Amino acid sequence: MSTNADSTRTDPVVEPAVAQAADPERAAGTGRRNTVVTRFWAQRQSRLGVALTALVVLVAFLGPLLLPWATGYTQTEFADRPFQGSGVFGTDDLGRDVLSRFLAGGVSLLLYSVLATALGMFLGLLFGMVSAYVGGALDSVIMRANDVLLAIPQLVFALLAITVLGPQPWVLVTVIAITHAPRIARVARSAALGVINEDYIRAAEMYAMPRARILFREILPNITGPLAVEAGLRLTYSIGSIASLSFLGLGMQPPAADWGLMINENRIALAVQPWGVMLPVLAIAILTIGTNLIADAIARASATANIGDA
Amino acid sequence: MIAKLIAKRLSISLLILLAISLIVFFATLLLPGDPARAILGQQATPERIAAINAQMRLDDPAWQRYLAWLGGLFTGDLGTSVASGQPVSEVVGDRLSASVFLMIAAAVISVPAGILLGIWSALRRGRAVDSAITGIALVLAALPEFVIGIALVALFATTVFRLLPAVTMAPPGTDVWDFPSQLILPTAVLVLVVTPYIARMMRATMLEVLDSGYVEMARLKGVPERRVILRHALPHAIGPVAQVAAIQLAWMAGGVVVVEFLFRFPGLGQALIDAVNYRDVQVVQAITMLVAVIYVIVNLLADIVGILANPKLRTGGEK
Amino acid sequence: MAHPHADTTVMSATGAPMVAGSIWHARRESGGNILEIEDLRIGSTAGREIIKGVSLSLRPAEILALVGESGSGKTTVGLTALGHLRRGLALTGGTVTLCPSNSTEPAEMTSLDDASLRRLRGARVSYIPQDPALSLNPSMRVGEQIREVLDIHRFGTSAEERAERVRSVLREVGLPDDDAYQSRWPHQLSGGQQQRIGIAMAFAMYPDVLVLDEPTTGLDVSTQALVLETIREMTVKNNAAGLYITHDLAVVAEIADRVAVMLSGELVEEGAAEEVLRAPRHTYTKTLIAAVPDLAGRNRISEFEARRRAAAGEEELSTGGFGIVEEGAEAETETGAEAGSAVAGTDSAGSVAAGPAAGASGTGSDSGGATTAAAGASATAEAATGAAEGDAPAEPVVQVRGLTLAYGRKTVLDGIDLDLRAGECTMLLGESGSGKTTLSRSLAGILDTWTGSVAYRGEELAPSTRRRTVDQRREIQYIFQSPFSSLNPRRTLGESISVPLEMSSGLSAAERRERVDTALDAVRLGRAFRDRRPGDLSGGERQRAAIARALVNMPTVLICDEITSALDVSVQASIIDLLSRLREERGLTMLFVTHNIALARHVSARVAVLNQGRIVDEGPTDAVLTSPTHAYTKELLANVPTL
Repeated sequence: MSTNADSTRTDPVVEPAVAQAADPERAAGTGRRNTVVTRFWAQRQSRLGVALTALVVLVAFLGPLLLPWATGYTQTEFADRPFQGSGVFGTDDLGRDVLSRFLAGGVSLLLYSVLATALGMFLGLLFGMVSAYVGGALDSVIMRANDVLLAIPQLVFALLAITVLGPQPWVLVTVIAITHAPRIARVARSAALGVINEDYIRAAEMYAMPRARILFREILPNITGPLAVEAGLRLTYSIGSIASLSFLGLGMQPPAADWGLMINENRIALAVQPWGVMLPVLAIAILTIGTNLIADAIARASATANIGDA
Repeated sequence: MIAKLIAKRLSISLLILLAISLIVFFATLLLPGDPARAILGQQATPERIAAINAQMRLDDPAWQRYLAWLGGLFTGDLGTSVASGQPVSEVVGDRLSASVFLMIAAAVISVPAGILLGIWSALRRGRAVDSAITGIALVLAALPEFVIGIALVALFATTVFRLLPAVTMAPPGTDVWDFPSQLILPTAVLVLVVTPYIARMMRATMLEVLDSGYVEMARLKGVPERRVILRHALPHAIGPVAQVAAIQLAWMAGGVVVVEFLFRFPGLGQALIDAVNYRDVQVVQAITMLVAVIYVIVNLLADIVGILANPKLRTGGEK
Repeated sequence: MAHPHADTTVMSATGAPMVAGSIWHARRESGGNILEIEDLRIGSTAGREIIKGVSLSLRPAEILALVGESGSGKTTVGLTALGHLRRGLALTGGTVTLCPSNSTEPAEMTSLDDASLRRLRGARVSYIPQDPALSLNPSMRVGEQIREVLDIHRFGTSAEERAERVRSVLREVGLPDDDAYQSRWPHQLSGGQQQRIGIAMAFAMYPDVLVLDEPTTGLDVSTQALVLETIREMTVKNNAAGLYITHDLAVVAEIADRVAVMLSGELVEEGAAEEVLRAPRHTYTKTLIAAVPDLAGRNRISEFEARRRAAAGEEELSTGGFGIVEEGAEAETETGAEAGSAVAGTDSAGSVAAGPAAGASGTGSDSGGATTAAAGASATAEAATGAAEGDAPAEPVVQVRGLTLAYGRKTVLDGIDLDLRAGECTMLLGESGSGKTTLSRSLAGILDTWTGSVAYRGEELAPSTRRRTVDQRREIQYIFQSPFSSLNPRRTLGESISVPLEMSSGLSAAERRERVDTALDAVRLGRAFRDRRPGDLSGGERQRAAIARALVNMPTVLICDEITSALDVSVQASIIDLLSRLREERGLTMLFVTHNIALARHVSARVAVLNQGRIVDEGPTDAVLTSPTHAYTKELLANVPTL
């Protein structure tokens, strides 16, 4: 963003006037410059969101290094004995240590969610921006194709793909990305359309700037706000979808340690051994709340209405 | 004018459904290797493979099979379930009504609730009620449905209180609505998942409208506040909210899968999960098409509401 | 006042609820004020002071113009007459007293309860908004919107009476009164018609006080003249007092009895309209008046900077210095409501003073008052347009022949022939929808769907810049109307200005930087602006940067598309001053596109009048203005408001 403009503002006459002009309501007294970044950090909700997300990310990535016991059902002194009180949170139906499986089970979810979001953002951004910029027949074709993809609920689409290709990680990542793409494309397109009608794009055209450069250097930097919001939202939904698929038994496959799968495996014993369900459920809840708070805070900071769209 | 617009939307909807049928059908061509073998997996015997080949007419060219399948969709012949050997329409029939019942129950609660909460929140902008509604909606909107579902089950059915059944048990020959207490939790999950979106959208739309020039003008004309909201502000929020409500209701068609799985609710979603597990392609295709039809119909209705609510569209916008 | 519908309420002859012997009648008899604003102070909820002690008064049937540039707080003051504060604003002191005709007690608008306030709003004091397109409810039929006012305020005694009043007020504002018209939707009316619906709504209840918030902004001059006439007529006929908020001094001269001038939330001058416009006392008023273009070309705005400095210097001698407002004032207009106060300091005055101000020295002895400007209109025209010296018409640099452009079946431009002569400025005059922007963009190569021919020094130009040669692209430069849209907000000025260089020349980065710095100096911004971004700048500064971008490639032809229409009048004057000097210094050939005929003698040697896609009048400025050949030009000239 435009933070480096701070250092270049040297004109002493200008200084006080600008400080005065910056609306104290929004600058929140944190600094004299009022950018998306400062407005983001000025919100309590964004700091909370970052903290919650960071907490789960730390657990997920450091967890596998700190396993107190094995995640499988060998090598533990209480192996093969289901629902023991041993360890910190006891054992699951197959006698595996719940804490160990929990600590080891976050990486896959995080990794695949981020991958799916990134791939979806790439596809959506590409199609959305090209659609907006080129316009005409190509725009119509892309948007109609979007409508078609949007008419199949994400989860149902994923299930169709899994039926055909089997529950493999790359299938999950690809299919979640493909189902995100039309939604992202819509956001990118409408944001880009708003920018394309600005005269500075007409000016770039007039100066015969190469089209790719217009797309990536004139348009893209001006739609980062809505795209950041969208990325946050999509990450939230990716986590939800991949976890849901694992929960349905159609994502990560046994004997993998994975939060969604753990919930699936342990939910029958919810009354007997709640930890096996509750730990991953809590982790997923905190994670999605955190990412959603961040997305919403970015939306507020960039003052872009972007809610209500699933 | 209106009829023309609606006819146009209708034909677009039909085209979309046609395109979806192409995707749904030709996706199955991605089945690796011999589809019959892939479907049967471990249980593949030469006789069963031959049976499936005959049943799915796998020897015909793909486009012929597609046309036959598409024709079947129109006549109600959805093919035969490989797993159970029953016609798909039988597998799906009762379950469709159970699922639709669940979704309608959730919609009847969540749409008005979302709209009212959104309006309330907008009218109390910046006050405690607004912050509370906005905050709770933000948190609920983040949570996957199974998280909410498990939380409710733990709270009301197993760990904390044991007030409500955690699973649905409808003996054969009975309908899901014969056991209302079993419906409470599944409906509640759907309501909690859908309401926040509608409330947030309603709030955002209302805020925009309340800040508009014509609402300010109405106030400067001396229009009483009640009338300002009911006559000047609300009509403008109908269109956008209908859109979001439609998206959410259609989305429920996906969310209902998780909820049904969690509560063992004998609906389409449960059937879909079973079919995926058995690689029962015909059933998956049929259910996907049904869900898409539900989506398209709901969206069409929302579009029509939007057209009717907007005089500019209604009158064609000509001077 | 709490019970306006008390027993004493009688219906006046017009049907509006009036009280015989009301406070309004009493004030009218005694010649007193019916609206008094005393020491009004308004702050933002964040604590910044927006209105700093404004006092105003209004007598019955009088129009007081509240004049100020964007951000001066004039709308905020106007709305307090209706007891309304926009979101984010809070009253911190002062009173607003209205003497309505339906009560024997004056009403204190700032402390009235909601119900009492509602009974006054729209009935005794009404508001005519700036933008009717935004203020009419798009989902209510227009007749119903007028009718609503009458229903709420219980006009007359019966529904028929109210229906008749809707018809009569529609007739009064010059609109059809039939049911078919009444059942139209706002989007089915033109801008002028929408505004007249707004006026009808405001006059329906025969109000005592009207607040008019720039009601003619965005209307064509002929529509504006009609609307002004309607307002004038109706205030006189109905004995209504008007608080007319505007930035346009020419409109003030047309309509106002008295004038109050606002600057940064303060009232700096007040008096009879004639007096203030002829002999302004305050520096700011002088600056404003010096900036208003007049048809006769006497108010030499092409020398605005010198005269402004002269006025400021004079003031400095007598009062010991007063910081005059600069372009910085408009920096806050993007926040929407006119809540912001002017921010002095981000202006370009410093760089102007420091920059090469050579061109201005010739008239440096000018004392700055409008009176001395009469030193010869013809000399001014000559100085301003620079083309009168030669006897023979200069060589045409750009030749347009038979340029035609249609969108579908709608012909926007129809066989345009136009010559731009070397070193000369041609004004392309047209109202909204005339096709003037389409024409200028076709010349610039931004639009490429036209047919016909455009030649530069005898060479045919391709329709699109992408297919023109690098040299052709360099020679013809186009400046956009809105400086708020023409610069990429994510780029520094330096980056934006160097784009034309990167795209057309093999200059090294250092050379480009040098050229950018030179261009920034040339537009009197100064090279210190190179690393700043548009968001930090005022509209005037942005437009200077846009001009710098057009100049950086040393073009010969400059197409200026309404480049001052988004700017305040004093900023417009300084931009025109700048353009005139640049044209002289660099011998630029210019096409100055505008809707404002009053600018003609200030900027151009020739005028071409565009109406509905055709050039209907074309010739030397004096010839066109003194003896227009086409009816359309005559109508324009008849309707132009002047000081």
